[in-house]
Amino acid sequence: MKKLTTYGLGLVAGLAAIAATPAAYADDPQFFPMLVYRTGPYAPNGIPSANGMRDFYMLSNKRDGGANGVEIAVEECETEYNTKIGVECYERLKGKHGGATLVNPYSTGITYQLIPKAPVDEVPILSMGYGQTAAADGRVFPWTFNFPTTYWSQASAFIRYVGSEEGGMENLKGKKIALVYHNSAYGKEPIPTLEKLAGIHGYELTSLAVDHPGQEQKATWLQIRRLRPDWIFLWGWGVMNQVAIQEAAAIRFPMDHFIGVWWSGSENDVIPAGDAAKGYKAGTFHSVGATAQVHEDILEHIYGGDLEEAKKNNFGEVLYNRGLVNAMLGVEAVRTAQAKYGNRRMTGAEVRWGLENLDVGEERLAELGFGDFTRPIKVTCEDHEGSGPVLIQQWDGEKWSLVSDWIEPIREVVRPMIEEAAAAFAAENNITPRDCSAES
Amino acid sequence: MELLTAIFFTPFVEMWEFPTFFAEVVINGLLTGVMYSLVALGFVLIFKASEIFNFAQGVMVLFAALCLVGLMEFGIPAWIAVILSLAIMVVLALVIERVMLRPLVNQDPFILFMATIGLTFFLEGFGETLWGSNVKRLDIGIPKDVFEYQGILLSQFDIIAAVIGAVLVFGLAIFFTKTPIGRALRAVADDHQAALSIGIPLKTIWVIVWSVSGGVALVAGIMWGAKSGVQFSLSLIALKALPVLILGGLTSISGAIVGGLIIGVGEKVAEIYWGPLIGGAIENWFAYILAMVFLLFRPQGLFGERIIERV
Repeated sequence: MKKLTTYGLGLVAGLAAIAATPAAYADDPQFFPMLVYRTGPYAPNGIPSANGMRDFYMLSNKRDGGANGVEIAVEECETEYNTKIGVECYERLKGKHGGATLVNPYSTGITYQLIPKAPVDEVPILSMGYGQTAAADGRVFPWTFNFPTTYWSQASAFIRYVGSEEGGMENLKGKKIALVYHNSAYGKEPIPTLEKLAGIHGYELTSLAVDHPGQEQKATWLQIRRLRPDWIFLWGWGVMNQVAIQEAAAIRFPMDHFIGVWWSGSENDVIPAGDAAKGYKAGTFHSVGATAQVHEDILEHIYGGDLEEAKKNNFGEVLYNRGLVNAMLGVEAVRTAQAKYGNRRMTGAEVRWGLENLDVGEERLAELGFGDFTRPIKVTCEDHEGSGPVLIQQWDGEKWSLVSDWIEPIREVVRPMIEEAAAAFAAENNITPRDCSAES
Repeated sequence: MELLTAIFFTPFVEMWEFPTFFAEVVINGLLTGVMYSLVALGFVLIFKASEIFNFAQGVMVLFAALCLVGLMEFGIPAWIAVILSLAIMVVLALVIERVMLRPLVNQDPFILFMATIGLTFFLEGFGETLWGSNVKRLDIGIPKDVFEYQGILLSQFDIIAAVIGAVLVFGLAIFFTKTPIGRALRAVADDHQAALSIGIPLKTIWVIVWSVSGGVALVAGIMWGAKSGVQFSLSLIALKALPVLILGGLTSISGAIVGGLIIGVGEKVAEIYWGPLIGGAIENWFAYILAMVFLLFRPQGLFGERIIERV
């Protein structure tokens, strides 16, 4: 029944957004295609993200009158987190309602497939905190954006965090760090960064792969037990996270030395483990809970003050909040573009400019209801990642709480790696990097 | 030379030098193997009675667990929810017999196999529609504490799961060999028409076997669901049962349990001692390699029935 309710609300939201009275808006709608996965093995993660995005788009129409008077329209397409279906969804939606504003693929696999399509179709990609890390170099990837931070920045921020917990980066020497990762392109993302930093700071890195789906990990955790690492990083997804947390508890590993990537740090990952998950930490790039003004606004405008109904739609959960931040940055990119091109429906190319010149400061975040909930962001032609800081959150058995300030990534190491990877991509694909000084 | 040493010498030296750790690997492999056997059992039961390879067995595990946890969310006590879930699986068996199997009596087994693929997709969608897609915590009170014995870390949960699995296998073995219904099931498996001609009610037998298989799916769902939460991925656990079936044979309950133990130990030992040589994560495919090596010597599986057709 819950699922039916969710679908129902999604459908109503989509139709409501599309069928708003013409008199209320001056122009064609600004269309945001939504590639969602409400079914399949990863649905527990896909549903809250999709609900968060949907609610923010609806709120933008109801609270703010759309994007400077231009109605926001959305339409969902179910990908099942399957790359092939995701690309089909993109193809189906990209030309609808006057053309797609931008696309949030919500899958690293789909992102990789869409990167070559983006300049051809003139639909920019916003892969917020996932996808191809090298896309942070906007000179090579003009149509792809991965702000506010990337996997490599996150990995380096984890090392900085562990250093601070150990009493200084110099104390990392001789420490053992294990990386338990999903055996896929996504899971392997942090390895080059962690290896590079191991060379600099002298810690010993052991990487242990877990095959999809990760339902059985006994062998991995027996190896961890033999290794006796000081810290463990988890780069998992779906059921792999829940099992890993239970297995860590089963070998009596101290949970406060166990840190997950931001895709291993939702309620879904810890609740099945029960008390065993207490103390587990994870990265994030926004705050926790339903604490911001935007939550109050959503509760009022979307759910009519019905908190129970809102909670049924994952209101305030980690991935719901990520969906909110994702949608907010997309809409702000449209407004940024409108500041240059005028208050009308923006084309994909114009939104690409908006994304590349996005500058959402503290004041603007507060106006949108996100004051202190996430970090201000500034994107440039060279840097499609933004400033890239990370927070650490911790599960106390009931809820997530923040246990760190914003942690800056180790940019002096990560950025050259990004540029090197982007240059290699450019060479492989005969791309001539842009001269950003010539861009306006 | 270095590679050969790493493959043929170093792992055995490690096992010899650290016997406690090796024992821990083997014991954990055995305990995991029992869990694989639980899933494999469901396949064996249905194949024994109807020669259908039930592609839907994995999703039946998920569906049973979803029903259990869904009922518990309504505040129903765990033991009542287990009984009700069992009842749901019996009803499911009745529906499957009436809607899917009866119209396909005497059809080629491959057609019945295709029908179970359809059943898989139906149950996946139906289960999600009824109970939602969120990960659900399943706690029926089995303790999850760990304890150390002679330096070996053991989980109470894994041991209890293994005991439950062993009792189930023992009970089913007796049921199949010592009871009239069990003998009737075997007769149906041998020849549908011959069984019908001597008065064995095929429809009833099918309902019984699908019900028992549903019950086994429920037990497997409880054990695996308590470890990882009840969610869609639970249906993929069937993939772990396939090498067990290849190795143990599709028609042998003993084969399912012995096959599970061999696969459980084999994949753990391989992952830990040989996995690092090639980047790890070898246990999934190694299980299939191990099963196929056995097939080279016993094509019917360890305990499967040897098929001899005379020309």
